[in-house]
Amino acid sequence: MKIFLKYLFIWITVVLCQVLLCNHIQLYGYITPYIYIFFILLLPFKTSKHLVLLLGFLLGLSIDIFSNTPGIHASATTFIAFLRPSVIKILFNRETTDKSDLPPVSSMGISWFTKYTVIMVLIHHLFLFYIEAFNFTNFFFTLSRCLFSAVFSIILIIISQLLFFNEQQK
Amino acid sequence: MRSLLHFLTRIYFLLLFLLLEIFCLILIVNFNNYQKIVFTNSTNHFIGNIYKKSSTFYSVFNLKKINSDLAEENTRLRNKLEKTKVPNDTDSISADSAKYFFIASKVISNSVNQRNNHITLDKGIKDGIKEGMGIISPNGVVGIITNVSDHFSMGPTVINMKWKVSARIKKNNYFGSLSWDGKDYRYALLNEIPIHVKLNIGDTIVTSSYSSVFPEGYLIGKIESFNHKEGHNFYNIKIRLSTNFMTLRHVNIIKNFYYKELENLHRNRE
Repeated sequence: MKIFLKYLFIWITVVLCQVLLCNHIQLYGYITPYIYIFFILLLPFKTSKHLVLLLGFLLGLSIDIFSNTPGIHASATTFIAFLRPSVIKILFNRETTDKSDLPPVSSMGISWFTKYTVIMVLIHHLFLFYIEAFNFTNFFFTLSRCLFSAVFSIILIIISQLLFFNEQQK
Repeated sequence: MRSLLHFLTRIYFLLLFLLLEIFCLILIVNFNNYQKIVFTNSTNHFIGNIYKKSSTFYSVFNLKKINSDLAEENTRLRNKLEKTKVPNDTDSISADSAKYFFIASKVISNSVNQRNNHITLDKGIKDGIKEGMGIISPNGVVGIITNVSDHFSMGPTVINMKWKVSARIKKNNYFGSLSWDGKDYRYALLNEIPIHVKLNIGDTIVTSSYSSVFPEGYLIGKIESFNHKEGHNFYNIKIRLSTNFMTLRHVNIIKNFYYKELENLHRNRE
């Protein structure tokens, strides 16, 4: 119950941060960070993958409802939720196993978490921006938008993760 | 049955993912205007092409019937021709500029990199398009319609090696035929201009009055360069086409009210 409330709190914080703050940031007119996938990155390793998938979908949907883009974010978050187990499997070194119900950053350390974040954010942003563009006519323009936004998102996610991590240490 | 269930539980995760993604896609296409437009446009194009392909496919089976119908019609028309005297009053044709009717159309497919390039338009029989109508863009001549389906029409463009258009030099009215050499979509060749004609680079080339398809004096292009080989009586003239086939989006289809009359006239002369 406690863990449920904790993640509910994180959920609400993340969604509010995204829709109230990040959606309004438009650096140079087209760089927008999407930090809400922070929530999916944060889920403990032992979470069932089906649950992650559903949570991803619901997270995307809630962002969509706020930003008036039904389906766009939901499809992207569902996609990374689907890929999350495979990405974790690829990134895992030999003996580290998923015993803990701690969020990845606490059990794995920051450098591992950075790798993990970079991969997940890139996948998410690529999917999101091409779904948003919905065709490949301006392929490189979309790609550049996507990459710049991804860099920005990654930085923001890692900073917020560090803050969160430090709090946990205390 | 058991193995099926086993299989289903194994791919349950994938199925759930696909289900959610499909649901998302439905949401995207139904509730986002931009994506809806892109989606419906591409599907319409796709479906239109399928229809077009199938209609050309099925038309092969009807060829026999069409042939006999045409033969019948031909004889009927010939008989009519024999009976009626075609008026040889060309003045009424050339003088009246209201003899043309223009139908705006969108280009749905267009090629520039083949030897025989074709254009496909989104107007068809239902919009009154018939074979033999000319296609022009605001900048110049584009092509002619040779195939029509219910909602689509297509035909060769100026940059098609098999198709020629009658053209003249605007300043001195010498005429020749415009053809394409299959190289660069920006240039075409003007043939049959004798070497005693004085030419300048930049001279305007327009459609001649011999064409029953295009209005007389409609822009085609400008002379880019010209030369003539030793012992030849005609120039090699390179024309810079005024239509940019690469960026063509909207065109007009020309309906000539006297087209049939002119064709009949020509047939009569033959």
